[in-house]
Amino acid sequence: MYSSIVDHPIDVAAIIERVGRAANGAAVLFLGNVREVNEGLEVTGIEYTAYRSMAERELASIVEEAAAVGDTNDVAVEHRLGELVVGECSVAVAVGHPHRGRAFETARYVVEELKRRVPIWKREHYVDGTREWVSAATSKPETQLVDIGDER
Amino acid sequence: MTVTVLLFASYAEAVGRSTIELEVESGATVRDVIDRIREIGNATRLPPTPMVAVNEQYASRDRELRHGDEVALIPPVAGG
Repeated sequence: MYSSIVDHPIDVAAIIERVGRAANGAAVLFLGNVREVNEGLEVTGIEYTAYRSMAERELASIVEEAAAVGDTNDVAVEHRLGELVVGECSVAVAVGHPHRGRAFETARYVVEELKRRVPIWKREHYVDGTREWVSAATSKPETQLVDIGDER
Repeated sequence: MTVTVLLFASYAEAVGRSTIELEVESGATVRDVIDRIREIGNATRLPPTPMVAVNEQYASRDRELRHGDEVALIPPVAGG
């Protein structure tokens, strides 16, 4: 298990490596990237800030819960803070598991709980030079995907 | 007794500060702290019932505080 809040670009290959084991027939990687348009406004970048000590603690708890839920210790997450430009990766989640179903579910658990609980905030910078804190209303959980069944 | 209030993101902007040392009566709750902070400056922009963490863990507004507690007012989180 691994979780970290970082101030540097996320090394995606290194995150994947953390969950790779011979027993794992599946590895899932989720990347959250800075999107060019939000709520119809053109974005140049996003500034991420956090209540860092609590964010680290909360992220570690989520990874532990995910490991228990997914029955795998191969769970890794990194969230970046600071100024990011469009296309850059703000969060990476990797899960390794013998089977894909649990790997997908576990990765999803980490992402959704992170968005719900970890005290991180973002301020979008727009092309016209203005800046706005992003409210929770624009980052609520997305519609649940179809249950893919049990192939564990 | 004294508690340390932490403000972040939009809440820090609304109040104009990110840390406030607050003198409160013993037995004060999270709710008392929120009410006091909302009386400061532009803090009426803060919601009456923000999310709160005490010593880095989410807490209810009824939570009774102790001297030295760190009370963080948490704006709607937006990580990811």
